[in-house]
Amino acid sequence: MKSLKVNGKRIEVDADEGTPLLWVIREQLGMTGTKFGCGIAQCGACTIHIDGRAVRSCVYPLSAVSDSNEITTIEGLSRDGEHPVQQAWAELDTPQCGYCQPGMIMAVAGMLNDTPNPSDEQIDAQITNICRCGTFQRVREGIHLAAKKS
Amino acid sequence: MNDLINGINVTRRSFVVGASVAGAGLSLGILPAGRAAADGHLDEVNAWVVIAPDDTVTVRVARSEMGQGTLTGLAQLVAEELECDWEKVTWEFPTPGQSLARERVWGSFSTGGSRGLRGSQQYMREGGAAARMMLIEAAAQQWGVPAAECYAENSVIYHRGSRRKTRFGKVADAAGKLAPPTEVKLKPESEWKVAGQPLKRLDTAEKLTGKLVYGADIQLDGMLLASIKDCPVMGGKLLSYDEAAIKDMPGVRGVVKVETSLGTSGVAVVADTWWQANKALEKLPIEWDLGPNAEFDDAALTALLESGLDADEAFVGNAGGDIAGAFGAAEQMVEAVYKVPSQNHAPMEPMNATAVLTKDQCDVWCPTQNGESALAAASEASGLPIEQCEVYKTILGGGFGRRGRPDYVYQVIEVAKAFPGTPIKLQWSREEDQRHGFFHPTTMAKMRGSLDADGKLTGLHVRISGQSILAGLSPQALQDGMDPLVFQTLFKHGVAPNMDDHAISYDFENLLVDHAMRNPPIRPGFWRGVNMNQNAIYMECFMDELAAAAGRDPLEFRLAHMEKNPKGAAVLKAVAERSGWGRKDGKHRGLAVTYGFGSYVAACADVTVSGDGDVKIDRIVAATDCGTAVNPQQIEAQVEGSFVYGLSALLYQEITYDQGVVEQQNFHTYPSMRIKDMPKVEAIVMPSGGFYGGVGEPTIGVAAPAVMNAIYAATGKRVRSLPLKEQLKA
Repeated sequence: MKSLKVNGKRIEVDADEGTPLLWVIREQLGMTGTKFGCGIAQCGACTIHIDGRAVRSCVYPLSAVSDSNEITTIEGLSRDGEHPVQQAWAELDTPQCGYCQPGMIMAVAGMLNDTPNPSDEQIDAQITNICRCGTFQRVREGIHLAAKKS
Repeated sequence: MNDLINGINVTRRSFVVGASVAGAGLSLGILPAGRAAADGHLDEVNAWVVIAPDDTVTVRVARSEMGQGTLTGLAQLVAEELECDWEKVTWEFPTPGQSLARERVWGSFSTGGSRGLRGSQQYMREGGAAARMMLIEAAAQQWGVPAAECYAENSVIYHRGSRRKTRFGKVADAAGKLAPPTEVKLKPESEWKVAGQPLKRLDTAEKLTGKLVYGADIQLDGMLLASIKDCPVMGGKLLSYDEAAIKDMPGVRGVVKVETSLGTSGVAVVADTWWQANKALEKLPIEWDLGPNAEFDDAALTALLESGLDADEAFVGNAGGDIAGAFGAAEQMVEAVYKVPSQNHAPMEPMNATAVLTKDQCDVWCPTQNGESALAAASEASGLPIEQCEVYKTILGGGFGRRGRPDYVYQVIEVAKAFPGTPIKLQWSREEDQRHGFFHPTTMAKMRGSLDADGKLTGLHVRISGQSILAGLSPQALQDGMDPLVFQTLFKHGVAPNMDDHAISYDFENLLVDHAMRNPPIRPGFWRGVNMNQNAIYMECFMDELAAAAGRDPLEFRLAHMEKNPKGAAVLKAVAERSGWGRKDGKHRGLAVTYGFGSYVAACADVTVSGDGDVKIDRIVAATDCGTAVNPQQIEAQVEGSFVYGLSALLYQEITYDQGVVEQQNFHTYPSMRIKDMPKVEAIVMPSGGFYGGVGEPTIGVAAPAVMNAIYAATGKRVRSLPLKEQLKA
């Protein structure tokens, strides 16, 4: 058993230490907002926060997390969609299929923690998530809007 | 073409009742007499509309939602006719099993061909109007007044004569018991209040919080997880595997041979979690008979495609005038060969399906673009009568045409057979998704054009050589061996009414468009935009080449052949004007125009190419005349996204083979556009009225050629094959 702090709650999990956090979160904890897209940290659909920093959970093994780390998933980003990024996304009706958006939102929220008012160049460098529907135009607009709201 | 695609999407079994059902009964959402649902009472006004006592309106949508916004657009159309309060509208998916039990009351579930809205708008608007009439009738009966003296507005029914009024929720139950009207009148577009508005989507909120359950997220009590590996070479077979090598790995419950009637042959590992199943599958020793395609590679493919470029035999898709005469009298001949590779759909959510199979019931949960073909697959794979099968659709994590194929449904049921009564979720890895797609067909084209001394185009021959989707997926739909879909956007207007949605944009005096069919051992499929994509590249890039050879302006050169296509000319002029075409400002622009899925579209791209050959797409102006714009902001979203899809293909994407195996196994070798590459897209939505055109696909057609032509404007170099990759590098 391993003790984790997820979305502010202390949780015990029973999984092999090599299991990526993505699958611990989805299969052991039953929280499916964090998505499986590629398994090799390319697409970012699995993005979560560890201590406020965006990480790709599909390659982040359970063994790399300690019980003092604060793990945040899309379910814990806000109580009910009140985070400025979620609000900006709602205002611009950003998602299409929506499958990549929890990861996209977590990646953006993570960036804004360190870079509250990013330039387009900073966005280009830091947001590398894939969206096959192609919502990038509204994602970019949404980042600037969220930065204003924060 | 709609009919054709419809025809092939429905099926392997003949459960689908005839087209006769699509009459008044269908359009008015009537429950056929003597066909009451199991509990005898239906809590609905009619098949399309359910109204709760608190006035909540649930619109039933049979078409799938995969991000394209059809769900919201259709709800807007129903709400418009219903005269309900939009704030109270929600939605639900009826199941294909329920539909079948009610003589297909919801019509087609097939969601492709940019048809979701235009293919169902008529009967859904009629369903909404019929429900409104029944609600008014119910109120009128309660008041003892003629229905003609009553009207509905914003979910409230009023009687003109008295001051009486009531809410929809109060009369919905009574309305549902009334006979439906035999005739309904639809509102003219000019009176629309809800439809035509840039409303927010109905499905956004849950997509922002992680609460929305996709197929991959289905969790059932006692569920086991499966990961699958199909023979990596098409046409190969599973020979054996060594279960003993992995049976003691954590969580492993079993290994199942998975062979389906589609010809797939592979093996799945079942475990307590997917991570365990997939880990064990990676370690499972497997022997394959790789079959006849084990040597297939890109050289073999290229040789096959090239063999058709000058072949004597070819199917003629469009011909007029005297091409030989025109070429004989040419002052100048222009010739170019183009190539478009296979591409994978790669939706963000890899293929998956969940099934529970017992001896007398087969239930499937899956993201599918066609609930009915998934249901037929469930019946065929389980061997159970279709009445004992059911499919529960989820919202799709992307579809793009891939999820119209039910291969994963067949597979999950084969796995479920080994675990009767236990829910099984089959989740493909991304690698499996890359290897076993139904890829965009690969073709080449030899383009030849003749110019006279005045630079006038006198003849054009488009020779397409390559793959046919229909030959691969449904050979029964071929017409005397010919695949008419190959000629999408190059058809002659007026020849076949159901292909007019994809007619050629230009009028040429002497024209020949023909196809030498060459089918490599690659599974083809409908890939967002379908055959429009490569045909628009061939036509629009070559028109640019012809204009250059003739020393004429590409815009003027195109318009000279568009006199009979004023709507096509209008979208082309719109992008030219907005983008600053012809302006001497140092920018490098490229144009493209086409007509596909019933909409007129054009784009102007503006690019910068660095000295090192790096291409930056600075700006795209894209115009769409889709006739009727039900939700303009969602149309803009589709246009924005279509450029990401089309330009990802132009810039990076190809599926190639080595020793019969797909070489691009994940996003690191099959890249997709990221935000840094996203150009500013300015969408011009310019509906001219009187028809419904599609919007999910058309602008993909102009994405690549507009950029390719802009690259020529910037560099003087012609890009004639996809993907661009390093082509402009020294």
